[in-house]
Amino acid sequence: MTGRASNGMLAPTTPRAGEPLLSRVERVRRREGRVRTEHVTLAHGGGGKAMRDLIDDVILGELGQRDHGELEDQARTPLEELSSRGDRLAFTTDSYVVTPLFFPGGDIGRLAVNGTVNDLAVSGAIPLHLSLGLILEEGLPIDDLRRVMRSVRAAAEIARVRIVTGDTKVVARGAADKLFINTSGVGVMRRGISPSIRGACPGDYVITNGFIGDHGAAILAARGELALETTVESDTRALGGLIGELVGACEVHAMRDATRGGLATVLNELALGSDVHVYVDERAVPVRDEVRGMCELLGLDPLYLANEGNVVFVVAEDSVTRAMELLRAHPHGAGAAVLGRVSASPEGMVTLRTQLGGERVLDMLVGDQLPRIC
Amino acid sequence: MCLGIPGQIVELVDETKKLALVSVGGVKRTVNVACIVDDAHPASGLVGTWVLVHVGFAMSRIDAAEAEKTLALLEELGEVQAELQAMADGERA
Amino acid sequence: MKFVDEFRDPTHAAALVREIGERVATLGRSPSRPLKIMEVCGGHTHSIFKYGIEQMLPPSIELVHGPGCPVCVLPVGRVDDAVKIAETPGVLFATYGDAIRVPGSRGSLLDAKAKGADVRTVYSPLDSLALARKNPDKRVVFFGLGFETTAPSTALTVLEAEASGVDNYFVFSNHITILPTIKAILDAPDLSIDGFIGPGHVTMVIGVAAYGFIADTYGKPFVIAGFEPLDVLQSLAMVVEQIARGEAKIENQYRRVVREGGNAVAQDAIERVFELRPHFEWRGLGTIEHSGLTFREPYARFDAEKAFAIRTVPVADPEQCQCGDVLKGVIKPWECKVFGTACTPAVPIGACMVSSEGACAAYYQYGRVSTSARAEARRELKVVR
Repeated sequence: MTGRASNGMLAPTTPRAGEPLLSRVERVRRREGRVRTEHVTLAHGGGGKAMRDLIDDVILGELGQRDHGELEDQARTPLEELSSRGDRLAFTTDSYVVTPLFFPGGDIGRLAVNGTVNDLAVSGAIPLHLSLGLILEEGLPIDDLRRVMRSVRAAAEIARVRIVTGDTKVVARGAADKLFINTSGVGVMRRGISPSIRGACPGDYVITNGFIGDHGAAILAARGELALETTVESDTRALGGLIGELVGACEVHAMRDATRGGLATVLNELALGSDVHVYVDERAVPVRDEVRGMCELLGLDPLYLANEGNVVFVVAEDSVTRAMELLRAHPHGAGAAVLGRVSASPEGMVTLRTQLGGERVLDMLVGDQLPRIC
Repeated sequence: MCLGIPGQIVELVDETKKLALVSVGGVKRTVNVACIVDDAHPASGLVGTWVLVHVGFAMSRIDAAEAEKTLALLEELGEVQAELQAMADGERA
Repeated sequence: MKFVDEFRDPTHAAALVREIGERVATLGRSPSRPLKIMEVCGGHTHSIFKYGIEQMLPPSIELVHGPGCPVCVLPVGRVDDAVKIAETPGVLFATYGDAIRVPGSRGSLLDAKAKGADVRTVYSPLDSLALARKNPDKRVVFFGLGFETTAPSTALTVLEAEASGVDNYFVFSNHITILPTIKAILDAPDLSIDGFIGPGHVTMVIGVAAYGFIADTYGKPFVIAGFEPLDVLQSLAMVVEQIARGEAKIENQYRRVVREGGNAVAQDAIERVFELRPHFEWRGLGTIEHSGLTFREPYARFDAEKAFAIRTVPVADPEQCQCGDVLKGVIKPWECKVFGTACTPAVPIGACMVSSEGACAAYYQYGRVSTSARAEARRELKVVR
């Protein structure tokens, strides 16, 4: 971890014959803490020994960062390390409150790393450092927290980012729902790369890397309230690598990850942000059969379901063939598709060519998608 | 208020309570089959049957032969139109 | 997906659109004096907008979006009752997602939930009964909504609750029936409908014969239709064909699902549990006789109206709201004074702007853009394969 003092706080714990009392107490006081309770209690947020043990044992321990030494209150990063990789800093933050904490394809920890990494990556930045803010509800099983932390560690390794600072709070039962995570992230923007939500131009193509709706469908099923059985898994994954390849080889005018609000919402943000018309062919939109099935059953539209590993790229006409080749060759580009095209007017609108061959406006989602019977 | 979707029964869950597992595009849900079971159509023969699902109830068996007939009519309509178009093109040529 | 994808095929759709166009052309109608065809059921309205069917049709056909959206016709007073029940301490209120945002005079169920009421969204009445079993210390109330398609599922769930002795389960019945509604439309003095697309899933329950009077007494073509877009287009073609031939009869396009006699088990379940109310209020349409379902005496203990002493006070629609005229097809949604300004899906005044099958929400979401600009864009779209 960057900027950590390493004062060698770890000490042996076995008793020694003839050791003076003061020295013995001091030695035990400094020895590695362990959390022995099964659940998080308010004591773990009190700022004392219990909290220190929780941080050392469960959080830093599972993150594989326990041996990094005593923590400073902030991460410190040499500017040269950053400026050697680009010319601007990208900084973002996001909070994760998903229910349930664990779901097919991932958990809140993996989501919290990948989501913030992707928010950096779609700016054209190389994601580097993350913060990890935890809000724990009294009663959260310690094992669940360990599992989430292991998942954070694994996701950060895959995404090649480091957790450089963090914070932990415990709140009374009912004041939060089990576990909330906030991650902020910094990355360095590659020189000369400036995709922007305002960057789509008439003639550009709109493409995506993967199937849509997997995350939303997986979460809906995992909540169990609808009594649905499905094998759909969340698509949560870090897309920094895939995006890096694309921006390195293609003229990418705009990028955004299609998370909450789904594909339809991102397309509308593009149309509004760039003041252009986006024309999309519904038949080109990649949707898995099970996601479709769930949507048909519940009266939902996959275009509004959340994703966690899906990016919409707007690329120049000259670049579209190359971009599609790169996407299809990448493990995260299995569902890559050309969705549609940008034109000048009507500005700020998205038109969907339906699978039947008709056309309609594709608007943003109002409120929340709820199962309907009509 | 009529969202109904075809699904295929893949498993009989509880014969007395008339519950069966139905698959819609691979997603499965237990539904009540009381409305499609009678003396002539016992629950024991349900697996494989296509049904119309509405709010957790199988409300009708889907008649594949009738579906075929509807589609055949549409097929025919397209063919007739293509022939007429060909004739019209021929006259113009 | 079987029995789904085949009925969304664009080639067949194009053939049907052409067929309809050629047939309509022989009728001497024009955009200023169009053939008016009403789809009674909101499910059809939803399909028409979702697939962009309306703009594929020739301009001399006008689709009139009927009152078959049970959420849209739910009067303000009944929404207030639902909110009142939901706010009662110790109540768990279960509803279909459709109804949760419908505004009453003191807010919606979603507002009640935000203020602390335990309001849950369910997919099936069976799920609401499961909630009752899981929460024996609560009174679980299910918001029973819908036409004859949905009423059997509520009735069968009540029968199951009775059989298994669940005594903390109640239903706030707002079930309604389709025939008096169609009759009310046909009896309207300003009726200008030339033919009807009939509700396929209601008919799956009640059977085909019930509609005879529409053709016999009122002389209007009526085609029972499925909900996939090709079903809708084929049914439109059948209505147009009847009109062209000067006929008026009841036809069944949706034979793969709808049997002549309907579904006997479902009919029995409704008959056992429910009876017709003398009259029931509909938003926009006023009071219609014998159009609502309430509990028969042996099942009265499940009746939330009795358990919670509900005395519905009729509440006038908001003054600016013209949902009633929209529901009757007297005005188009965009002709309403508040359409798209004071009344939007985000801040709805009337129920037609809430439900996804409400005509106003459908027009707002899907309808408002000029066709020429889209045609331009389509020419430019060359998909890379």
